[in-house]
Amino acid sequence: MAADCKSARVSVRRFESYPTHQPLFLFCEQNRLDIIMNAKPTATSPRNLKTGLAEMLKGGVIMDVVTADQAKIAEDAGAVAVMALERVPSDIRRDGGVARMSPPELIQAVQKAVNIPVMAKCRIGHFAEAQILEALNVDYIDESEVLTPADDNFHIDKHAFKVPFVCGATNLGEALRRIGEGAAMIRTKGEAGTGNVVEAVRHMRQINQDIRRVLSLDEAELMTEAKNLGAPYELLHEVRRLGRLPVPNFSAGGVATPADAALVMQLGAEAVFVGSGIFKSEDPAKFARAIVKATAHYKTPADLLAASTNLPAAMRGIEIATIDADQRLAKRGW
Amino acid sequence: MGLFRIFGVGYVRALDGRRGMAIYHLMYRIGVLALQGAVTPHYPHIAALNEMGGAEPVEVRHAEDLAALDGLILPGGESSAMLRIMDYYHLREPIGAFVKSRPAWGICAGAILLADEVTNPAQFSFGALPIRVQRNAYGSQLDSFHAQVNGYDVAFIRAPVIETVGAGVNILAEHGGHPVWVEYGHTMATTFHPELSPDTPSPMHRRFLELCGA
Repeated sequence: MAADCKSARVSVRRFESYPTHQPLFLFCEQNRLDIIMNAKPTATSPRNLKTGLAEMLKGGVIMDVVTADQAKIAEDAGAVAVMALERVPSDIRRDGGVARMSPPELIQAVQKAVNIPVMAKCRIGHFAEAQILEALNVDYIDESEVLTPADDNFHIDKHAFKVPFVCGATNLGEALRRIGEGAAMIRTKGEAGTGNVVEAVRHMRQINQDIRRVLSLDEAELMTEAKNLGAPYELLHEVRRLGRLPVPNFSAGGVATPADAALVMQLGAEAVFVGSGIFKSEDPAKFARAIVKATAHYKTPADLLAASTNLPAAMRGIEIATIDADQRLAKRGW
Repeated sequence: MGLFRIFGVGYVRALDGRRGMAIYHLMYRIGVLALQGAVTPHYPHIAALNEMGGAEPVEVRHAEDLAALDGLILPGGESSAMLRIMDYYHLREPIGAFVKSRPAWGICAGAILLADEVTNPAQFSFGALPIRVQRNAYGSQLDSFHAQVNGYDVAFIRAPVIETVGAGVNILAEHGGHPVWVEYGHTMATTFHPELSPDTPSPMHRRFLELCGA
């Protein structure tokens, strides 16, 4: 669409007294049509305050922090929100054991330190942890596979909460099951703590492919598709009507460099979560700024080059194949 | 308000090389600052302003995108993040110059950026609108709410409060004893989010097009 607007502008630049002239029958209708077709209207009803906050975070970077000082560094660098954690995912992976919700006092310290939204993670299915986080007044809860699942069959009934939830998904069926349970934001389930973006890319592409397939189906084929995906039929209808997920779709897991952030944004992520990538790098403040820069101008290679230049070393990273299958986080979630 | 602003007839060449006579009309070009935040929800509202003479949304990411705009929307999002991104890309000056001299509309975070003074905490603002704004005045996301503003359903999301307004500021709507929709010359601010409402175009988008000269 941007290209269309530009072409219209260039073509009429000669008429200097009317810089915004539009030739009506040549371009206008096509232009309008393009605008309407590409605008992707957000079906957020004013009643849905939960997806509304996710809309406000779009185009931004949400950073994992473990102390109030880190939260301040994140906010100063231009983070749109912080995720308050006890340990970043790479430490959880290294330490092993059961990973649980962060201690309330840590979350409160982070809330005190910053003015941007504060998110926190609870274990999959652990609605009591979610109740505690809601009582703490967090702005978003991540029902996260990064923590050890508390329920190996069921996720939290997120409709029962006033606080919005974000959940991970590896494909369209999983995304729509989570939305059916009340999630107001979806993110990919890239392997957290690895600094390896391959899994997040796989999930983003998978969801895009699944959506394209749904768009190609006729009415009669939709029910079987719902069965095959394990997705609620009504939500599948909604996806076909909108041409995208009914809630904002962010990317998380393994994003470690400005280029990684630009990659997932160009693949269709609407914002980026960065976990270990920032505070496990050699200069967190510098890295945080670079990733914010790259995410804001993710389509402009010259700006990506500038954001990637003169950076200290990124986190080291782990090849996914070296992680035992039962240690892979993306498998958590049902 | 006419169907179209201006008609004209001329010989044109399109980028694809086609040439021919064309009838023109002036479309309003409404920029949306696309550094971060709720940008795309504005597009269907702007596209729906067609019956007022035609308007198209323009994504503004670089200073040169500000050229030939009829007005600029500073959307909802996080004001501190937007300021930081403006610093990274040297946009404070061009955007500040634009909003002080041309039609501008700040929503939530955008209203904070346009204000004269910001509290909780104090931070830089462009001073295009003589109002004092308190950030996150209602509290956290759990204190977000929906309400009717002049009969239109809107959402207040971690919204700021306009604490005081200066001389010449026209209050178009109030909620809970605070102004929530104000204008000053061709500058407008709302602390709520009409762009998230599915009923297009919103009365606020209509009003902004009028401020842009429609």
